Amino acid sequence: MGEVALGPASDIRDDEARGFNANGARLFVVRRAGALHAYWDACPHYGDTPMAWRAGEYLNAARDRIVCASHGAEFDIKTGLCTKGAALGQRLRRAPVATNAYGDLVLHDEETWEERT
Amino acid sequence: MNILGPDALVFGVDDVEAASQYLTAYGLDPAGEGRFEALDGTSIVVRRKDDPSLPPALETGAMLRQTVYGVADAATVAAIADELAKDRQVHRLADAAVEAKDDHGFALRFQVTTRRPLDMPPERINAPGSPAQRPVNQIGVWQDMPAKPRTLSHVVCFVPDIAAAEKFYVERLGFRVTDRLVNAGPFLRPAGTSDHHTLFFIQTPVYMKGCEHFAFHMGGPTELLLAGSRFVKAGYQSFWGPGRHKFGSNWFWYFNSPLGCHVEYDADMDTHDDEWAPRDTPFSPESAQAFLFEYREKWAPGGPPPGAKPPGH
Repeated sequence: MGEVALGPASDIRDDEARGFNANGARLFVVRRAGALHAYWDACPHYGDTPMAWRAGEYLNAARDRIVCASHGAEFDIKTGLCTKGAALGQRLRRAPVATNAYGDLVLHDEETWEERT
Repeated sequence: MNILGPDALVFGVDDVEAASQYLTAYGLDPAGEGRFEALDGTSIVVRRKDDPSLPPALETGAMLRQTVYGVADAATVAAIADELAKDRQVHRLADAAVEAKDDHGFALRFQVTTRRPLDMPPERINAPGSPAQRPVNQIGVWQDMPAKPRTLSHVVCFVPDIAAAEKFYVERLGFRVTDRLVNAGPFLRPAGTSDHHTLFFIQTPVYMKGCEHFAFHMGGPTELLLAGSRFVKAGYQSFWGPGRHKFGSNWFWYFNSPLGCHVEYDADMDTHDDEWAPRDTPFSPESAQAFLFEYREKWAPGGPPPGAKPPGH
């Protein structure tokens, strides 16, 4: 797939999430306490379920959990671990996203990314 | 037991504002105090999950807190109360409704139905070989034609013990099994309606116990497709559909929601009576859908002809 630019990292403010469609691959990025966390937008319960209830709506009211809007499963923002509900004990899969020298979020190729990290 | 079906579903949600916005965009009308009504007055009620007026949550923390069944008359409410009082606590309330729990702990309420009678035409079609249903010069679809949920159709729950769920609703409340998806569960029809199902169960581990989805009936497939398309265009997330189920023959379109479950538009469900013999089919994508469409925003390459300026310039 190569690298896909997702736009300025500064567009995502603290306690906010944003969804992206990178050439058909769905992912989302959450900023929590300043740090960015990127996951593929697929609930591990069914494996491929999109998680927002509306574009960008991935978090609970307190903005301290990721919530799947399929069945209400809750995930830890930092680890991606499901702590309640349909995907209990399973994890969201991290998406290979990093911020480049210009401050833009870039989705990297998953295979080469895994080799680098 | 002359139970008509669900009059209302009560949810205790994490984000009341999000749920209210969602249900309004879905097409229900805000009626005050967290109630969102379909055209016949059947409704979804949302309150904060820690609202003390709600029945206690299931141990899973599921957001569905009560299913309110509408029944034909006060005698039916009394008969249900007497039946359930044989082996469980039944609360007989001042407003003549009764409350109890089913064998999985789901909170139930039974009341004389508050539904308003509907008098609206169905979707009408014209087909060769048959007299036209739509009179001459009456068009079938226009962009902003009304497409509002008419009535609360059914609720689907995750339960760990399908046999116990079926037994309770059939033996204690007089539901009939219309069909079964083997390894998933039974479609159940109460005595007061001919709809294929108002209740369906899916077998899951205990930690998933809760609501899978609820659905409202639309006036026909065109209304369903219009309402769903508008919902998608407003940014809401489609989960499955549009398509048409095999069991029940109803058209479907499921969406994600902030109520901890999917929310469905459905239309044109089969009706049955007690002569119907239940079918058994293994649970699979093929058994669940006769066909499925996928929404696509761009269906043709866009852009102006070669050499022309793009639109708006």
